[in-house]
Amino acid sequence: MSEAATDHGHGTTTGLSHNKLAMWVFLGSECLLFGALISTYLLYRNKFADGPAPGDIFDIPFTSVSSFVLLMSSLTMVLALSALQRGDIRNNRIWLLTTALLGALFIGGQVYEFTTFLREGLGYTTSPFSSAFFSLTGFHGIHVSLGIVMLMSLLISSLRGNLKKENAETVEIVGLYWHFVDVVWIFIFTVIYLVPSPTT
Amino acid sequence: MSADTAAEHAEDHAHEHPSDGKYIQIAIILGVITAAEVATYFVDIGAALIPTLMIMMVVKFFFVAAWFMHLRFDSSMFTTFFVSGLVLATLVYILFLTLFEFWTKG
Repeated sequence: MSEAATDHGHGTTTGLSHNKLAMWVFLGSECLLFGALISTYLLYRNKFADGPAPGDIFDIPFTSVSSFVLLMSSLTMVLALSALQRGDIRNNRIWLLTTALLGALFIGGQVYEFTTFLREGLGYTTSPFSSAFFSLTGFHGIHVSLGIVMLMSLLISSLRGNLKKENAETVEIVGLYWHFVDVVWIFIFTVIYLVPSPTT
Repeated sequence: MSADTAAEHAEDHAHEHPSDGKYIQIAIILGVITAAEVATYFVDIGAALIPTLMIMMVVKFFFVAAWFMHLRFDSSMFTTFFVSGLVLATLVYILFLTLFEFWTKG
């Protein structure tokens, strides 16, 4: 069986790519991980002990800009896939790099937010609220960082001439992961930041 | 479903991805919804706030999953696996939050 045939699932019993199916199963399981972290945050958001409360420290305009950046990275990711499916290697590289840069910008924003919170007295062990908040947003940040590593790997592979139209499914699978990370942030942004938080 | 039929079915759906223009159109819609979400932070809409935010969140989720993740165009088996995880997580954590009296005590 040729590699291309395997990639597109033509030789599988379901007619579906096993790689893509595996990614979807993985993403389904990730819902349980983030569900646990979001639920724990909801349980502990009122337990801020002597530390700052969420309503005192969240900077909604700043987080809104970060959210918009991550949302737009989903567009650039899908444009990277679309370019490769057309065989447009140059635009594929441009959009892959843009997606990675937007992801890095989001992570930069998160690092800034975390350091600001630390300066305001909110450390990881300050309160149950702070532990739950840093665990949730930190896990999400790790996922975005891993996504950036995957995007850069694709870009390097492309620059070495190993990423061609026939490998579009590889970019699609990385794209699924990236969009999932974006979808999780859609939930986090609404439930953690926009729903009114308690204040001291 | 036979392997051949399944393969044809998957093949039929795998190549119907939308144009770049359509992706940009979806991104604009997502941007507008995000702007509306952020506006609720500055404009008091009273008791309608949380239901409005939840509806906008679900709509954004739908657009990303259906269009950017291609669930609208790919095999329904992918949707089944993903939605199974999502529904399982939702049920498990609703029960978890109920057990800890989240809905009554906040």
